[in-house]
Amino acid sequence: MSAAEADIEALVLHDITKRYAAVVANDRVSLRVRRGTIHALVGENGAGKSTLAHVAYGLVLADSGTVTIEGRALGRGGPRAALGLGLGLVHQHFMLVPTLTVAENVSLGYEPHRGAWLDRAVMAARVRDAAHTLGFELDPDARAGDLSVGEQQRVEIVRALARGARTLVLDEPTAVLTAQEVDDLFRVLRAWVARGHAVVLVSHRLSEVRALADTITVMRAGRVVAERAAGQADAAELAELIVGRRMAALERRPGKPGAVALALEDVHTAGERDALRGVSLTVRAGEIVGVAGVLGNGQQGLVRAVVGLESTVQGAVRFDGEDVAALGVSARRARGLAYVPEDRLEEGLVPDLSLAENLLLAGRAPEFDPWGRLDRARLQVRASASLAEYDVRPRDATLPARALSGGNQQRLILARELGRMPRWLVLAQPTRGVDVGGAAFLHARILAARDAGAAVLLVSADLDEILLLADRIVVLYAGRVADTLDAAGADARRLGVLMTGGART
Amino acid sequence: MNAVVHRVRRAAGAAALPGVAVLAALAAGAVPLALLGHDPFALYARLFADTFGSGYGFGQVLFKATTLLGTGLAVAVARHAGLFNIGVEGQMALGGLASACAALALGPACPAAIAMPAALLAGAAAGAAWAAIPGWMRAWRGVHEVIATILLNFIAFALAGFVLIRYLADFETLHTAAIPVAARLPRLESLVPALRGAPVNLDLVIVLALCVLAAFVLARTRWGFEVRAVGMSERAAAAAGIPVRRRMFEAMVVSGALAGAAAANFVQGYKHYFEDGFTAEAGFKGIAVALLARSHPIALVPAALLFGALDRGAFVIGGDVPKEFVDVLQALVLLSVVVAMRRRSRRVAPEAA
Repeated sequence: MSAAEADIEALVLHDITKRYAAVVANDRVSLRVRRGTIHALVGENGAGKSTLAHVAYGLVLADSGTVTIEGRALGRGGPRAALGLGLGLVHQHFMLVPTLTVAENVSLGYEPHRGAWLDRAVMAARVRDAAHTLGFELDPDARAGDLSVGEQQRVEIVRALARGARTLVLDEPTAVLTAQEVDDLFRVLRAWVARGHAVVLVSHRLSEVRALADTITVMRAGRVVAERAAGQADAAELAELIVGRRMAALERRPGKPGAVALALEDVHTAGERDALRGVSLTVRAGEIVGVAGVLGNGQQGLVRAVVGLESTVQGAVRFDGEDVAALGVSARRARGLAYVPEDRLEEGLVPDLSLAENLLLAGRAPEFDPWGRLDRARLQVRASASLAEYDVRPRDATLPARALSGGNQQRLILARELGRMPRWLVLAQPTRGVDVGGAAFLHARILAARDAGAAVLLVSADLDEILLLADRIVVLYAGRVADTLDAAGADARRLGVLMTGGART
Repeated sequence: MNAVVHRVRRAAGAAALPGVAVLAALAAGAVPLALLGHDPFALYARLFADTFGSGYGFGQVLFKATTLLGTGLAVAVARHAGLFNIGVEGQMALGGLASACAALALGPACPAAIAMPAALLAGAAAGAAWAAIPGWMRAWRGVHEVIATILLNFIAFALAGFVLIRYLADFETLHTAAIPVAARLPRLESLVPALRGAPVNLDLVIVLALCVLAAFVLARTRWGFEVRAVGMSERAAAAAGIPVRRRMFEAMVVSGALAGAAAANFVQGYKHYFEDGFTAEAGFKGIAVALLARSHPIALVPAALLFGALDRGAFVIGGDVPKEFVDVLQALVLLSVVVAMRRRSRRVAPEAA
């Protein structure tokens, strides 16, 4: 690379504006990405990051402004033109054909051929060469649908490289990955830039971005509000820039545990994946017990056994000493259980019901009279109060739940479940996909519920969340409790060892 | 205030569109009519006169709409629980049989205040019992209700036919003896002289009341809410502690009861006996009625009226034009209404994130 070439930036976005009906997704945004660097684009949900990434790739046509890739202007040619200029995009939701092999997926759309015949040797070579360049192995003949999420993502990256991309844009690449897979991804991305190429990383996870990026651009409400060299910015400042206000830093605040409220005694559940193989644990009133573990080691089974969605094969689930293992969800909710499911659109909400009606989905609602008739006026009053208290937007209780953004859906669920003053609270990934400001708000609410005396079981893939909220931490491995730690003395490294089956100290 | 105006305007808009669609379909139908050598205007004038234009014609439309409203409501209730009750036809057939049997068993001495509701409830009970079978299969055994109800239809027809011919039929007929006067539903012509001669009867009032009741129960009661929640998302309903299987089963039983009660229009209100094949596909047409109304109990009324008018209209012009044309016109009208009512897919801005 000559000095002159090095001066040409990998990607220049100049004065990009993009409007959707009432929303300005990008408002005169400019961005310069240098070669050989990882450039992170951070901001809350709805800040305009994904739109900007799509504009760079030609998927979305900006209303005004220009996109320049390696010194050449991207016209209206769309993704094909962007790829031609050397820019590739890895979508948040992968675009692989699950029934095709890795090699077929990588070559999809520009299949090598000899006459009428596909040249499978070239197809396989493309995969191996690209993977080798980035420092990992990938089986060209594996079926894409059989791969893990992390491996599928690598296929996407290999595909971009094989098609000649020198600048790689990734849209929220870590949202779906386990901690180990995130580390692997970062290694791959470092290998990518080590060759003089560039990476644009769209994310709302601050901690990851700080570990990886050379430059961090913060977007808020469609605008660029700051750009920092990674070394210059500390976490508090970035978080503040992202949400646009000084956040009351949530200090780890230990609870004052009372008597044991929830006890599992040697609980087994049926099934192959995520089953419990003899779990015993206790949660005290006024205590948060965090459950850590690599996905699929029994977290779902634990949640479903405590809530009553899955029957236990063996063992007792005790609420205040009473064995509720034979009781259903409704009986457990009647005793004071609240449940925030992992899957908010499948299990947490009924998307087609109104926000107000969704508030009725937590067991015995007071708005039904003894005859089972619904008092709509009363429901409306509670709905207005709940939406205001949890700052759900838009604040219109007649909207269907599907009209809300993910973060607001989660606020609605917590409003419903915490509004009942639960004695037992089961939380599964309570802030997944929620932006920094929203997560801080929900965390404060969860701590308030604990301080009011709830026994809280918190299952989360986000170790920072567990370390922040939990009083004690239980690590699940292969359906059993690998270890129980006092949260004060725990750290991510120690947890990581336990989660992957390492020995206890 | 503003909200009221808005609702009225929206309702008017919702009603106007299908009306325009019907006119468009008739206009399209005029072309083949003219090609066949008919005068479309004369034919349409008569069509109108004999459906909505005269007391007798409208009474006929109402009579046909009554049955379709009953079966449509049966289908709609099951839909709210996420179930497709294809078995309305069979449940209705058994309901009619049970209703006639009850009326005959009570005999002529029984007062109307008992005989009338008893016959109606016997029909509902038979329909409910028959629907309980696929309801149980679906809720607790996981058997798809569409398959179960279709198969049970065959059994229901055979069972009703067998019982009729073996034990009940009048000599050399395919129907039972006439039920006592006390069990018959009076015709509305005694109250509204303009309907003179038309078989529309008290069952219309009963079915309309059931629609209002169903709308209230579904929208304003715990049971209705839980049924709807189950229909929209089984998993979310389960997580909320709603007994999913039980609500499914119950919705299916209620659907069957309504199907059984839908037999009253014919058995108690028109011919006054049970006759083999009296359902005449009303159960299947009820599926179309419910789909057109998107299963809303009140919206079923205009939908049933449209289908009732189509049935009546086919009869009116059936003698003058080829039968195929009647089918074409019916299909044209339905297609245009469905197209007109199809919600315009809302334009949604891509999620800016």
